Amino acid sequence: MKFVPLIWRNLLRHKMRTALTIGSIFIAFLLFGVLMAVRTAFSMGVEIAGADRLLTIHRVSLIQLLPRSYLQRIRSVEGVSAVTHANWFGGYYQQPSNFIQNMAVEPESWLDMYPEFVVPEEQKKAWFANRTGAIVGVDTARRYGWAVGDRVPLISPIYRRPDGSPWVFTIEGIYDSPAKGTDKSQFFFHYDYINETLRNTFVADQVGWFVIRVADPAAAGDLAQRIDALFANSSAETKTATEKAFVSDFANQVGDIGTMMIAIASVVMFFILFVSGNAMAQSIRERTNELAVLKTLGFSDRLILALVLVESSVVAVAGGALGLALGWVVIAQGDPTGGLLPTFYLPPRDLLAGVGLVLLLGLGSGLVPALQAQRLKIVTALRRA
Amino acid sequence: MSSILQMFAVTGVTLRSIGQRLGSSAVAIVGIAGVVVVFTGVLSIAEGFQTAMSERGDPLRVLVLRSGANTEMTSGLGGEEARIIVDAPGIARSDDGPVASPELFVIVGHPLKRSGTDANVPLRGISPAALRVRPEVRIVEGRMFQSGTNEIVVGRAAARQFDGLYVGRTVRWGESSWQVVGIFDAGGSVAESELWCDARVLQPAYRRGNSYQSVLARLESPDAFQTLKDALTSDPRLQVSVMRERDYYAEQSRVMQTIIRTIGIGIAVLMGLGAIFGAVNTMYSAVSSRTREIATLRALGFGRLPVVVSVLVEALLLSIVGGAIGGGLAWAAFDGYQTATMNWQSFSQVAFSFEVTPSLLVRGLVYAMLMGLVGGLLPAIRAARLPVVSALRQL
Repeated sequence: MKFVPLIWRNLLRHKMRTALTIGSIFIAFLLFGVLMAVRTAFSMGVEIAGADRLLTIHRVSLIQLLPRSYLQRIRSVEGVSAVTHANWFGGYYQQPSNFIQNMAVEPESWLDMYPEFVVPEEQKKAWFANRTGAIVGVDTARRYGWAVGDRVPLISPIYRRPDGSPWVFTIEGIYDSPAKGTDKSQFFFHYDYINETLRNTFVADQVGWFVIRVADPAAAGDLAQRIDALFANSSAETKTATEKAFVSDFANQVGDIGTMMIAIASVVMFFILFVSGNAMAQSIRERTNELAVLKTLGFSDRLILALVLVESSVVAVAGGALGLALGWVVIAQGDPTGGLLPTFYLPPRDLLAGVGLVLLLGLGSGLVPALQAQRLKIVTALRRA
Repeated sequence: MSSILQMFAVTGVTLRSIGQRLGSSAVAIVGIAGVVVVFTGVLSIAEGFQTAMSERGDPLRVLVLRSGANTEMTSGLGGEEARIIVDAPGIARSDDGPVASPELFVIVGHPLKRSGTDANVPLRGISPAALRVRPEVRIVEGRMFQSGTNEIVVGRAAARQFDGLYVGRTVRWGESSWQVVGIFDAGGSVAESELWCDARVLQPAYRRGNSYQSVLARLESPDAFQTLKDALTSDPRLQVSVMRERDYYAEQSRVMQTIIRTIGIGIAVLMGLGAIFGAVNTMYSAVSSRTREIATLRALGFGRLPVVVSVLVEALLLSIVGGAIGGGLAWAAFDGYQTATMNWQSFSQVAFSFEVTPSLLVRGLVYAMLMGLVGGLLPAIRAARLPVVSALRQL
């Protein structure tokens, strides 16, 4: 502890330089946090996609609908423990630019299938009971200031009411999720409400996709093949794959834009780290003769190494911790694009990588000059001054 | 007058001495260049996407959709409605009738070359007038499909992105199979990401009866837009919305634009802050290495302003060099880079290439100069405030 004032004095020797170095390390790690969140957002939640869930869509494309009657046949397949279905509704609130992911679902089996959507028990009951009721994710509820009991009109270009008026839903519940990265921006309502209103049209009893829970995730691939075989050569052939595979296909379609942006920015981030590491090393190299004096006074090599390393680590940690902390705060504000990248968060694994990088920077930038100083002959160093 | 002369003199001296401070100047230059690379590179993605989506659209072309539909995919027009639209006033006419094409738009899943996984390709059923609506389209390989047959022509970009879409190949989606007979070029527009076939063949294959999803038409003159719009929107038999093709695609690209721009600019601003720290550091060490020189000038009677200006000019010059290097690198690395992404409104693939435009380079340079100025300000003030006597004694 008695060496704290010595380290402190050294740090304050060039106040401006220390401040600037801390500043650029701070920026680099703030950037690191944001980049990792962007990367996660562009992977579209592939990391959290359920491994025990399969999706079945129309073989040709996801815009083609499947008969609802497939539900019974899928349920009877061995290895299927639950099935539900959903329709992409494409509704918007007030104007088309208010993008909300909304789906017509079968409420009870839907919530059973997705336990990560947590709805208070009495809200759940109210939703099940009200055919025109809906539940909405906490992010979207906050964005539009919706509360339980509000009536929300949505206009869907895909499913039009016979009289052309908007569909009106009553918000019966707001879902949240304890799991990081869950999309809390979606809007769900009763399939029956839509289906009964459109009873006499060609979309009646047609669904967008089925979600299947498999009893044994290891056998999911085999199960998917058996389900597709069930509907082979019918008028609506299916394609079944794990939820993860669908999500990663989707991320693939978005393409390498995310990757490119991150690659470009990472190069610069590491450059900033390199420059600041160099500045830190420089400030120690300048003091080689002082270190020689300390050695003359009887400081051991090991003690000097420790002093130098502590000093450079303090600078790295000050900048890095601040940067990661602010990054955390900024990212916690959520998706900066207003609903387009719903899985915008900082995974703990990346945060840990950031902490590791901070320590590496601190030790790395101190180690080289410290070792150089250690090898130095006192006489040479003193003579050089 | 004399203070202006002084400015020139001091600035000249300063600039001549940059050579002695190459190391620290290089750090500032490289830092700024890095930020400009990112700024220009990321925005070139947005720029290229926008160009592919909308700017290559012909201003004479209009798209008619069912009112309330925001994409072709969610639109629907009956055969009778399509016929009324085609005959509306304002649409150009040729010997073969109105230059308007009722079309069907569906998407089909097909494996991508780059990942081997399925992605959605737009499959468009077109009418005979389609090529007169789009005169820029040329068949570059093979031939046009024959009407009434299961033949398709493939856009150049789609052929590049997707697996096995070459002339002679037969592909199967659902119950129908299609033979690829030609590859077409559409002047780099979004149409090149599509597959085209005969609408009359696509209708039964997708159980669409005699219905369509949109009508793409060519106006007889640029100001015929209002005529056509008024005629269609006042017709009691129709419920349609009329828009220029260009505006339609601009709206389609909005989602992707927002994502790229929000994130790209956010990252560039953060990096800019980092580069400003670097520039401040560089300029401080530049000022402190010239302490004696500046103090001497001040003792000789040079004013504060010329000293400030000289430091700022140096910072500005370094940032311009950095900005130019960064812009050049971004241009060399990214301009023309071909990729594809998803059109969020139709969930289908759009191919485009990154575009480093002159306006983007200028913006990058302006951003660099801003960083240089901000970075040079504090050190410039310190230089002006140097206590003359003690600075001279110190050395």
